[in-house]
Formats: sequence, structure tokens, C-alpha cells
Amino acid sequence: MSGLEIDNISMRFDLVNGTSVQALKDVTLTLKPGELMSVLGPSGCGKTTLLNIVAGFLAPTGGQIMLNGRVVRGPDAERGMVFQQGALFEWMDVRQNVGFGPSMKNMPKAEKAGIVDHLLDVVGLQGFKDKAVYELSGGMQQRVALARCLANDPDVILMDEPLGALDALTREKMQSLVLKLWKETGKTIILITHSVEEALLLGERLIVMAPRPGRIHKEYRLPFAEMGVDADLREVKKHPEYTSTREEILNMIWNMEEEIMGRSEDAS
Amino acid sequence: MIPFVIYTVIFIAAYYIVHNVVRRAGRSTDYTSLKTVTFGDESAVSPDRTASVISILSIFVLWGMFTGSVLLPSFLHAPGPFKGIATFEYTAETPDGARDTATVTVLVHPHGQEVSPPEIEPGDGWANNDSATISIWRSGLIRVDKNDALGRKDGARITQVNGQAIEPGGTVMTEFGRVGMSPKGTLNFVPTKGWQMEPIWLPSPEAVATRLAEIATEGFRGSTLWQHLGYSLMRVVVGFFFGAMVGIPLGYAMGLSNWFRGWFDPIVEFMRPVPPLALIPLVIIWAGIGETGKIILLFLAALWIMAIAARAGVSGVNISKVHAAYSLGASKAQIMRYVIVPNSLPEIFTGARVAMGVCWGTVVAAELVAAEKGAGMMIMVASKFQNTDIVIMGIILIGVIGFGIDMLMRWAERTMVPWKGKA
Repeated sequence: MSGLEIDNISMRFDLVNGTSVQALKDVTLTLKPGELMSVLGPSGCGKTTLLNIVAGFLAPTGGQIMLNGRVVRGPDAERGMVFQQGALFEWMDVRQNVGFGPSMKNMPKAEKAGIVDHLLDVVGLQGFKDKAVYELSGGMQQRVALARCLANDPDVILMDEPLGALDALTREKMQSLVLKLWKETGKTIILITHSVEEALLLGERLIVMAPRPGRIHKEYRLPFAEMGVDADLREVKKHPEYTSTREEILNMIWNMEEEIMGRSEDAS
Repeated sequence: MIPFVIYTVIFIAAYYIVHNVVRRAGRSTDYTSLKTVTFGDESAVSPDRTASVISILSIFVLWGMFTGSVLLPSFLHAPGPFKGIATFEYTAETPDGARDTATVTVLVHPHGQEVSPPEIEPGDGWANNDSATISIWRSGLIRVDKNDALGRKDGARITQVNGQAIEPGGTVMTEFGRVGMSPKGTLNFVPTKGWQMEPIWLPSPEAVATRLAEIATEGFRGSTLWQHLGYSLMRVVVGFFFGAMVGIPLGYAMGLSNWFRGWFDPIVEFMRPVPPLALIPLVIIWAGIGETGKIILLFLAALWIMAIAARAGVSGVNISKVHAAYSLGASKAQIMRYVIVPNSLPEIFTGARVAMGVCWGTVVAAELVAAEKGAGMMIMVASKFQNTDIVIMGIILIGVIGFGIDMLMRWAERTMVPWKGKA
């Protein structure tokens, strides 16, 4: 079957001091092709661990990941990843960075150049293709990272707080870009974020995770991503349901944080 | 001490002149000059090139001053040694109280000149006038009573020099220098030495330049200057090359595999703090003083530095880059080639700069110990013959080459890893 299945994933590892940590417990999710899902949760809820397991960088201690009917056993080109920062290759210019995936597959030069040119157009960096990546601003660097991921034509794109290091204005532009790319390419996207607003805007589905052990706390199905594809994101944010959902989720996370604080105070 | 005081005075004077006279004329208004906090803000401190130029010039001026260089106008020279005709008088006394006075004329001449004592009149009385020759910066015994009618055998003693009483072991200062008396009653004369350095301790700049020209055209000890320097450089390049060829893969292996890290960690960590100079005796015992021994030594000097640099380069890779490359479909070999190696280049270049510096220092030291050719051998042999000009010339050339190597490495670093420090 097609789609991404996160099947009963648990993650437990030993610490040096003899205790062990249950980072994830029985996380089960199924994503249809083309779904856009954002994951939100207080720090330490295991959302990055979950993403790393889906990417294949970590082996879960229980359960399995299936993509298009095959079990995931390690990183692969079918699951692309966009990192927060510092994952571009400084020794390559913008064009080489974007063309990295095709180069690894020994794609013919002409075909690769076509893909790279097209994607640089899409992310709006056509004039910068011969620049070194360290000459670009943070927002432009993340555009390169998106283009690099898309150049490989993965089935699933995993985003680990890709916009976390950007300033508010750049961030808003990049959110629109992510929505536009999602609609145009039809990729399955999992986006991890700290920002409730970003999770609301960039998720047809929104998963709120709870910590200790990391688990799914609540799931939402939201219309805002679909709305944001064509509309101004600032208009979307004025939607009454947007405001009420935001308040609800903020309260939920606030309570979780309170509980964590309380528990650690009890412990001490 | 005096040169140091003069240097300090030049330092302070130049500062005040440049700041209060020259700078006042055209005050710049760039961003840095508008900063009010400069003390403690490292970015506001940049080398004042005027100071650099004055600094270099004053070293040469001081060098010229105290060596009597012809490159400087003579009023700048420190007082030189006395040269020319010096005279003093002595008075001799017989046991029965008879006194007579005679004049001693000394020709103080430059080193290595064949001179004969000045012609003099014997004078009247029983003490006769004397003449002698002494090289500048030297002293000489003058047996003034040797030609006297009543000498030491007759019980005559010298009691005064220039009218001042003198005893065995005592001295009298004259305007031309110091007259001393030995315990047996013989006079010795030390012409005034002045403040300049004798060429045997510090030759003048032009003497060093002349020697450089001479050795550059005629060679030194059967090899040309270029052969001496070329051999030293060749040893460094070959030793460094092999050190890098072994050290870099070793460092990569240590950065990529637990087993390699565990196996080589103790060896590398032990060998790293051993100064390469401490290995010279062992290398000479094992491989002799020929080229093989030197290259082994430089290989060992470069090996550990390069291994540690390569290891640090691998360890320093941002894990996101490796993860990104894997999820873009790269194989292990491709990760190595396109991510790990380029990512480690900045560290490797830093290591290479350090290693080249250490190798250059080590080769000179090894050549000081034993070599037939080389920059270090040149200055060591020259020092045994008191050829201070060759020693200074060699030190300057070694410094210039060392500086040149560092500049070359920095240039290579800028062109090959332009992203260094920008990630």
C-alpha cells in the first residue's frame, strides 16, 4: 500500500547512569500521499526523535516505519530532510548544493541542470545560483535547502524546525513558500515546529505530542493550510477558528509545561 | 642596555609625533574611528602600519648606529673605538730617588692592517720614549722600561702615568684609553672602545649584505647558497609530504572508526607532545646523518600534527550535513568524498600550516647537529669560525623563508577553502 505508516513506534534507551529514558511510546500514525502534517509539543516530547526514526537515522526499539509497503531500515533518498540550519555544504555553490541528490545518482548533466534551474526558479533564487551559500541570508539558505530536498524528488519530506532560526517576516514568506511547494509537488510533508502559529498554518493535520513518555496527545484536522495556499497568511490568521484553536493548543501546551515543572519540583 | 633605552625612546617619540602631529592634520571618519570604546574591543584594534614601518626602520637604524654603518650619516653613529695616535707619559724612579719622564706613542690601527710602530725621538734623560702598535678593540703590553738606560734590572720602577701615581695592579685613565699596570710592573694600554660593537660580535648591515652577495655568487663550503637553502626546503617538503600522506588517512580512520581511534589514540597522544628535536639523537643512531635520517625526522614531526588535524576535521563535521547527504541518497564513499573530506579541509590546512612551521624549525635544528648542506649547517659552521656576518645572514634567510612558507600556506588556504570560518 502507498503512504507512510508509523506503526506502534517505541523508543527506549539506556543512560550512562544506569537509568533509561522512554522517549516515545506506542506512536501510531498513517499519512496518505500528499498529506501535510505538523507536529507540535513541549521540548522533550520526542518529536525530533520521531522524525529521526522516520528518516532512518535512529532504529526504534519497538514498532516499524513502512513507506509504500516497505520497511524503513536506514536513511534513503525517498525520504528527504530539511534541517534548521547548517546542513548546506559550504564548499559547493548554490547550484551544486541543489544538484547534490541528482549528482549522487549520476544523473546526466543536462537533465540535472534542468531540474536545478527549475527549482531555483520555484524558490526564487535564479539570480543566485553561482553564489557561495555562506554569502546568502538565512532565509535564502533555507530556500536552497528546500530546493535541494525537492531536487531529489522524494516521496516524503521531513522538516525539522526549518524556519526556526529565521526572523518573523522572512518566516512568513517561507511559510507561504512551503504551502506553495506542497500544493505544486503533492509531497507528503511532516513538519516539526515550536511555533503554534506555524503548526496551525502548515498542517492539514496537526499532532500535539505530550512528554514522558513521548506520545500523541491530540490530533486536529485543520482547513488553514488549504486556505493559505491562495490567500495571504495574515488573512488566514484572522479566521475565528484559527484564533480559538490557537488558544486551545497554547493552553494545552502550557498545562503540559506546568506539569513537567511541577513534577521536577516534586523530584527535587 | 643603551640600545634598549634608545629603542624605547624612539617608540614613545614616534607615537607622539605620529598621533599629535601627523594624524591631527587629516582625521578620518570611518566607522571604527567613531567608536568610543576601543580599549577592550578587539575588532577596533588593527595594526598601525606607520608603527610597523618605523619599528623595522628603527631596528636597522640601531643596528647601524652601533656598528658604525656607512649607510647612516656619521653623526648618528654611537661613539666608535679610538683610532690613530695615542700618547701618554710615564715617570720612572730609581731606588735612589732619581726620576725621569718619557712619552709613549701608540698607533691604534684597524684590524688586519700591517703597520709599523711610529718613528719617535729617543728624548733626553735616562728614560727613553717608546712606541707601539695596537689593533682597535684590543689591548697590549708595553714594556716601556725595556729601552731605558736604567731599567727594571737596575731597580727602576714606574711610579706615575700622566703625572698620576700608579702601582702594580692599579690603573690610570688617559684621554685615549686606560693604562694599567701588571703585578710585575709592566704597563698595558687599552685604547677607548667606544659604544660600537666589534664586527666579530655584530657586523654592520652592509657587511651582512656584502657577505650575502658573496655567498650567493661564490657559495659556501662547496655548495651554492641556493643549494644550502634548497636542500633544507626539499627536506621539509618531502618530510611534510610523507607525513601528510600517512597522517591524513590515519586521522580520517581515527575519526571514522572506533577500533582505529582506540588503537592509535595512545600512540598519537603520546607522540604528539614529544618535541621532534628530542628524536634527533635516535634518528641519527638509526638512520645516520644523511638525507634519510632528516626526512624520517620531518616525517615524524609532520605525521602527528596532520593526523590530529584530520581527526579534528572529521569530528568537527556538523551531523546535519552527514544526515542531509544520506537522505539525499549518498553512499558511504560519496559521503566521504563530498562531505567529510571537504568539511575537514579547513582543519587540515590549519594543521598543515603548523606542521610546515614545525618542520622548518626542526630541519634547521637537525642541520645544526649534523649535515653536509643546509641552512642550519651553514650558520653552525660559520659560527665555529666566528663568521658572525654569515650567521646573521643565515638567520635572516631562515626567517624570511619561514615567513614565506607561512604566507604561501595562508594563500593556499584562502584559495582552496574560502568558506573557512564562514559556516
